[in-house]
This record gives sequence, C-alpha cells and structure tokens, in this order.
Amino acid sequence: MLIEVKDLVVDLPSSEGAVRIVDGATFGLAEGESLGVVGESGSGKTMTALALMGLAPAGARIGGSIRFEGRELVGLSEEAMRGLRGDRIAMIFQEPMTALNPLRRVGAQVAEPLVLHRGMSRKAALDEAVRLLEHVRLADPERAARAYPFGLSGGERQRAMIAMAIGCGPRLVIADEPTTALDVTVQARILALLEGLRAESGMALILVSHDLAVVAGHCDQVLVMYGGLIMESGPVDVVLGEPRNPYTRALLEARPTPGAPRGVRLKTIPGSPPHHREVGPGCPFAGRCEMTADVCRTTRPPPAAFGAGHVSRCWRAEDLEPRR
Amino acid sequence: MSAGERPLLEIVDVRKVYRLPRPRPFAPHPVRVALHGVSLSVIPGRSFGIVGESGSGKTTLARIALALDRPDSGVVRLEGASLFDLPRRELRALRAHMQLIFQDPYGSLDPRMRVERIVAEPLAALGGVSRAERRDRVAQSLQAVGLRAADAAKYPHEFSGGQRQRIAIARALITRPKLVVADEPVSALDVSVQAQALNLMSDLVREAGVTFLLISHDLGVVAHICETTAVMYRGRIVEIGPTDAVFAAPAHPYTRELVDATPRLDLAARTAAPADRAPAAHARAGGCPYAPRCATAEPRCLAEAPTLTDIAGEGRRAACHFPLGLDRKARR
Repeated sequence: MLIEVKDLVVDLPSSEGAVRIVDGATFGLAEGESLGVVGESGSGKTMTALALMGLAPAGARIGGSIRFEGRELVGLSEEAMRGLRGDRIAMIFQEPMTALNPLRRVGAQVAEPLVLHRGMSRKAALDEAVRLLEHVRLADPERAARAYPFGLSGGERQRAMIAMAIGCGPRLVIADEPTTALDVTVQARILALLEGLRAESGMALILVSHDLAVVAGHCDQVLVMYGGLIMESGPVDVVLGEPRNPYTRALLEARPTPGAPRGVRLKTIPGSPPHHREVGPGCPFAGRCEMTADVCRTTRPPPAAFGAGHVSRCWRAEDLEPRR
Repeated sequence: MSAGERPLLEIVDVRKVYRLPRPRPFAPHPVRVALHGVSLSVIPGRSFGIVGESGSGKTTLARIALALDRPDSGVVRLEGASLFDLPRRELRALRAHMQLIFQDPYGSLDPRMRVERIVAEPLAALGGVSRAERRDRVAQSLQAVGLRAADAAKYPHEFSGGQRQRIAIARALITRPKLVVADEPVSALDVSVQAQALNLMSDLVREAGVTFLLISHDLGVVAHICETTAVMYRGRIVEIGPTDAVFAAPAHPYTRELVDATPRLDLAARTAAPADRAPAAHARAGGCPYAPRCATAEPRCLAEAPTLTDIAGEGRRAACHFPLGLDRKARR
C-alpha cells in the first residue's frame, strides 16, 4: 500500500468547542490506483484531502494514522511535511486562479518545486517547466510559461496547475474538485489528461468530487462520505452497481437519468445535508433516510463488509433491496 | 414546432456586440460579438433549453429575452409585443409576465430583508396591489414551492440552500408569470437537494402553466425539463430541435462532443476520453467557427460558414455542412 489511513479524525475548534469534521476515516490506496472521494457540502471530503497533505487549518486536531510510503504523517513536523509536499505528494485545487500566484509568471511557478525539491538552477528549472507545460498538452508551452495566470483560460490554468503538481514525479496526487469550474468538454479533457499521466507514471490519484458520475468514469475505488463519515466504500463498479447504503442509493436515484421520460418524478431526499454540529450520536443520514429505525438515531453504525473490499455503514444494509 | 401556435417568446435575428476597453488611449475599442443573429421561438407550455459552454452567448441571450439588455439589432417579442419598441411604462407592465431565477440562492437574496419583502418585490411592477392582497400572494407563492406561509417572517439565513432556491422560485412566481428564465437554477445545489428543485420545476410546468427558458450546462437537467433545446456555440445556435432527438442522435459535431463529454453513471456508457487534439487551424473569417475543433471538418468548412438548415424533419435544424448520422433515424 502506498498510503494507509486508519481511523482518521479531524476536529476543528469553534466557539462551541471542538467540532468533528472527519470521523474515523479508514482507507488505503496502492501505487497506480485511483480513488474517488464523493460527498456533498459538509461531508468532510475536502478536509480528509487536506489532512493527508498536512494542510488542515491551524488549530485542527488530527487523530488516527496516515502511513505514506511506510512513514507516519500524523504528528510529523511541518518542516518534514514540507519536504514531502510538492515532491512525493502533490495537490491540485479546484480554482487555479486562486491557487496560482496572480503576480508571477506561470513558468516560474511551475519551476518553483523543482528548485525547492530537486535543487535545480532557476534556468534549468524554467526549461523543465516549459517541457512540463508541453507534457500537459498546452498548445503553446513557451507562451504559457511567459504568461501570467489571468492570461490563460480556465482549462489552460488547470493544465498549468497539473504541470506544477507532477513536476517532481509525485507518487500521490490529490485533486480537489479539479474540474468543477470548467465546461464539460474541458472537464473531459482534463480528466483524460490526469488518467493518462497516472497510467504512464504509476502515480496514485485521489479525486475529490461532488459528482458521482465523474468518479464513476475515472476511478477504481470510491469512498462515499456524508456528515464526516465514510458511509460506503469499495470498487466503483460494485458500489455504484450494488450499493449497500441508502445514502449512496439515494444519490444515484436523485439525478435525472438520460433518456427517461420528461418530468418523471425524481427521488428526493428530504431536508439538506447536516452541519457538523448537528450530527448527533447516531447515523448522520438518520432522519433524511427513508429506512431510519430507532437504532439509527442513537448509535453510529459500524463498518460492515459485503464482499471483497466493499464496506458500508448502515444498520439496515441487509434490508436494502437490490437495485433494478 | 407546428405552425399556428402563437409563440410566447419570439427572438428574431438578434445581434449583440460588446465594446471592450481600449488597449491604449485613443485606440479603437475592440469588439466582441456575443450573439451573431440568433432566432428562436418558445411555444407556451413547452419549456425551452439552451446549452453551450461559457462564452457561447447563452446568458447574453437570456438577458436580452428579459429586456435587461438591448440587442444591437433584431427583434424580441413577448406574446406578440416587441419589447424594445414599447414605451417604458408598457414594458414595465409586460415585465410582470416574465421573471428570472438566478443561479446562486445565496447571493441573490438580500440577507437583511425578510422573506415576505423578498418574495413580494416583483409585485411593484404590477402596481396598485393592496397590503392584504400582497400578503395573500406571498403566502400562496410560498405554498406553491412547498414552504409555509409562516416562513414569510423569517430571514434568508434561516433556510438551507435548497429552501433558499425555493424562495427565489417563489419570488419569480408571485406575478404569475408566463415565462420564467432560469439561468443555471440548480447548479449551486447539492445533488440531494437538486432533485427537489427539479421536481418543483416540473410541477410548475404541469400545474401552474409556467414555461421555462432554461439555461444550463447540464444536459441531464435540460432533458428533464425542456421539450425543445438549442445548442449554442460562440454566439450562434448550431443545433436546435426536440431535446430527446438532439441528445440521442446529435447532428452537429459540437453537440456530439457535449454529449460525449457529459459524465455518466451507467458503467456501460462511461465517458469516452476525447481525442486531445490541438486546434488544426484558426477559425477563418467566413468559415464555420467550430471547424478548428471539429473532428470531421473538411476544407469547405474553413471557407464557408454553414447556416442553420432543416435536417431529418421532426423540426430539427443544424448549422453543419456535414451533419452526423443523417442516414440513421433518430432513435428513441
């Protein structure tokens, strides 16, 4: 395993005491694999990604274990973490316009990790940056390197971010909603680019997304998060094909299906996702779930296995009828 | 579109050019053509979808349809009345028949106003509504979107994202408009909340006689609500027709690209990775604007711009010299 996360807990301080944002996340990822992390707002998906990068906000308390290449990252000093970040682990953010420095040329920004981690000279790093920009298939890499971020389109900026992330040959790339701000045709190209890079370099990819369909098309494994809890996890085909959790199922049925008759009633989930401090002692989905029983309100469902690598947290998983 | 039905909204050959800031003092303003002569008509009771990427002109078109922006040329008629030839007063009265739903349910509701005031705002365009009637209409409107009349006394922050979008829809409904323009109405909502808003929109079509002009990048959302869809690319309609036929068997290569790029849940039909080609050539003036990106472009496409022409019957039209799949009939 390249990365093994066990019982990861992230608590953030608030005026009403610590709030648990991620509650006991356990998962692992091998070299070359891709993992999708799906959830709605407040599900804890972004905080999980940030915790892996050692980028949780100041004051956050991280518990549990994150082992990356055999090394424990929880409790690692900021200095040691900085040595890993951008080198062995890299991150791609949702909005490259805010993640890139608006006042520095794109080439210099792509070159920076190479100077920092590889000890390259500025000149050599800049040449390498142009090669990287070409590698992510920017149409005119020389021009892109000289440009400032505002001079590139959204898709071009995201390609530049990817070039910056892959420069040092990371073993793990974490992409947080990398295509949410982009048009679908650009999204498809960026996702295909990430997939191509993964295939050629054997890096592992964690793709954080609110869109189950994006993950369905581009990941081997999936985690479905809700209210800070991993509700269901396993191979994508199994989780989406035979979900063992009413929340996953509800997500699948809430989307309009292509080709269905117009105006057919969509299955709705009453209410809206809970705020962190509203998650009680029971299942976070209790109350919105049509299968809610008494036990769901009082006790967290433990993870239960359903075949190879398929895990669901639901008291009533056995009562869930198979999908047609 | 059968003849004889009077369109609710008619847009005829609308052009819009934006002047950009001068690059240096005294230089001429560069211009950007946002709409190159767009025409469409919306039949009452048949919601109309517009899809396309950012910069395709879909939002500009919506603003012009609502008379929030003036076209440089062309005509916009709502129930036969030409919006830009009307005196200001009559335009104001006509405005009550068309409303707008914004994308962002957080940014479009004034946090300092109570829901009652927010929802009642469009009534000002009607004029002469008594306080009692105003209160009744707010209550009706809130109930129509599944909120309670008592919610009128609350402030927006007391509601969830999905409920706020309902408040925005309630505001749009209060004048009992015939046409509601919705610009990305559900894209800021969580998936589990989107379905509530989409169901509400289909109910309004069926029960309240509302016709939507729905703008979205999400083909699934458009297919769910709209009978007719126009696909826009760089300020032009490149394909138009019955939604199901257009998405099931696109005639224009750009529509095909959009359909193929849309992520799908059914594992059998996973997104095919698109060919990652650099543009083969720059669009030439006079040529098809899509030709540089097109997988099936021929020399003629670079030289001569195609016009929107009838294909395959069924009210379908496409602006392409070599429309796809003409030999096959549109299935389903």
